[in-house]
Amino acid sequence: MNRRTLLASAAAAALVALLPALPAAAQTPIPEGEKLKVGFIYVGPVGDGGWSYQHDLGRQAIEAEYGDRIETTFIESVPEGADAERALTQLALSGCKLIFATSFGFMDAVINTAAKFPDVKFEHATGYKRADNVATYDARFYEGRAVMGTIAGRMTKSNKIGYIGSFPIPEVIQGINSSFLHARKVNPDVEMRVVWAYTWFDPAKEADAASALLAEGVDVILQHTDSTAPLAKLQEKGGIGFGQASDMAAFKPTPRVSSIIDNWAPYYVKRVGEVLDGTWKSHGVWLGIGDGEVQIGEITEAVPAEVKAEAEALRDQIGSGAYHPFTGPLNKQDGSAWLAEGQKATDEELSSMNFFVEGISAQIPS
Amino acid sequence: MMEWTTLLLLLSAATPILFAALGEAVAERSGVLNLGVEGMMITGALAGFAAAHATGSPMVGFVAGALAGAALSLIFAVLTQYLLTNQVATGLALTMFGLGLTAMFGKPYEGVKAPSMPGGPLGINWVIWLGLILVPVIWLVLNRTRPGLILRGVGENHEAAHALGYKVRGVRMAAIAIGGALAGIGGAYVSIATVLQWTEGMTAGAGWIALAIVVFAGWSPWGVLAGAWLFGGVTVLQLRLQAAGVAVPVQLLSMAPYLATIIVLVIISARHKYAGGGGTAPGSLGRPFHALR
Repeated sequence: MNRRTLLASAAAAALVALLPALPAAAQTPIPEGEKLKVGFIYVGPVGDGGWSYQHDLGRQAIEAEYGDRIETTFIESVPEGADAERALTQLALSGCKLIFATSFGFMDAVINTAAKFPDVKFEHATGYKRADNVATYDARFYEGRAVMGTIAGRMTKSNKIGYIGSFPIPEVIQGINSSFLHARKVNPDVEMRVVWAYTWFDPAKEADAASALLAEGVDVILQHTDSTAPLAKLQEKGGIGFGQASDMAAFKPTPRVSSIIDNWAPYYVKRVGEVLDGTWKSHGVWLGIGDGEVQIGEITEAVPAEVKAEAEALRDQIGSGAYHPFTGPLNKQDGSAWLAEGQKATDEELSSMNFFVEGISAQIPS
Repeated sequence: MMEWTTLLLLLSAATPILFAALGEAVAERSGVLNLGVEGMMITGALAGFAAAHATGSPMVGFVAGALAGAALSLIFAVLTQYLLTNQVATGLALTMFGLGLTAMFGKPYEGVKAPSMPGGPLGINWVIWLGLILVPVIWLVLNRTRPGLILRGVGENHEAAHALGYKVRGVRMAAIAIGGALAGIGGAYVSIATVLQWTEGMTAGAGWIALAIVVFAGWSPWGVLAGAWLFGGVTVLQLRLQAAGVAVPVQLLSMAPYLATIIVLVIISARHKYAGGGGTAPGSLGRPFHALR
């Protein structure tokens, strides 16, 4: 390190030390009679019956909670990437002071837009880049996946379970690993087939992916895409699946035998309240079953009572913190050691997870 | 057995794009560029699903999808042929209109199930058959009949066709309606046969792929068939290979349809270059026609 960089880092360190003393973003309560405009961008249509639908329920919940004090607006079917920046800018320019960006791929667009609008607060779902006016929030979907994996392992007759992945990002890889580990735990013969759809929402392609898995002899399908198309395909051709993001109750009692429900409403209500009373701060939170953000939908009568009890027991253990879905001994796919006996995965490891665990034969596209 | 199911999946995945692209090829051969394919498809998807659900008959659903697609296309036809609006802008507006309209009217159909599709000869349902039969039929009509010749004449040079006494507007209205009806059937196939339910925005860009395929195909029905199989088919094939756990890099598989398209485009344009001709686009494509005499 030469002197110039040393001086520069010293200056930077001094600046960082000063930061807490500076009045960060203007933290004043919104006065009565003045409306807070809250904006949302969704990656799919509100009517997808899954991911975006659940975020919109959260939006409706804040409207119900705060009534006249706020006004909400949303833009749906926003493509991930550069176009998201346009949508976010549009919301910021139209007077939104709090904006929820509800998909992983909006991450860079959020960071760029937030730099341009320092007085607007941003909340980015499932991302990891933060700033003074950008908070991130996420749900521990992998906790729910552990419960679904248990049911999948018990229910499969062909010992082949399928997984429709969207993009090979940590959030999805966690889900695949968690489902597989817990299916294997109750059924050592289970194999996992993975199909990457490279989309969050394309019902025709999701249905085709389900057909491809069924043709391969798979009889239980988990999905990490947003529409109900795979369930409709299962209904036509046989096999079972799970509600994803939303309860997808229309497919009860089978093919939908249970579901992972993303319950964003409490978090949205809390954060809007904090902006209203001027206490909002940037943070990164990751809430799970224990916090009520990840819920397990009703396990239907298509599942034998003892399997249902087993799944519910696992749910409760995860919820109480007694059990972590990624507890050693666990090896990575290539056989190298990852977690030692009793060791639990850290949040950092999970949020950058880019490998499959031992036993999965599919490869992660790199 | 595995090969047969893969072939079925391929045929099924290509069908919506095949119908929509055939319809657009007919419209473009008459000189009309209608970018509203996605809007007409999604309208057909909702109308078809609603009718199939109400009557319990997928057949009625496809007829309704065709009618709805044609009805929407007639809005475009009146605007561009009689009010001489810009075809590109009007087509884009039609897509947005279709998406918005169906999002609104589709609410009651969310979570509703479709009646099951009856099978057909060789396990291939009759809508797939219809699509396959339409390819030679449209080719024959366009290239071997008098109405086809008039349609192409209007598309190549509308002034000359007008001077010969042909009704340019009438021909184009009909071509647009045929395009709309076929796009509607394509959309209905997505909701009734592929996804088996109604979901807002469910065509997810298939209309745009159909538009690209028409150019790719050099405005020929046989080229459209090849294009639909490439785009739709290779997509399914790569899903199938992934499900089978074949150790081919996923990126390569996802790239395959586009790679194949580029190669074919290069071959086609090279062939035209050495044959001495220019492009194959209809001469009056996208140009407004206003009879001065």
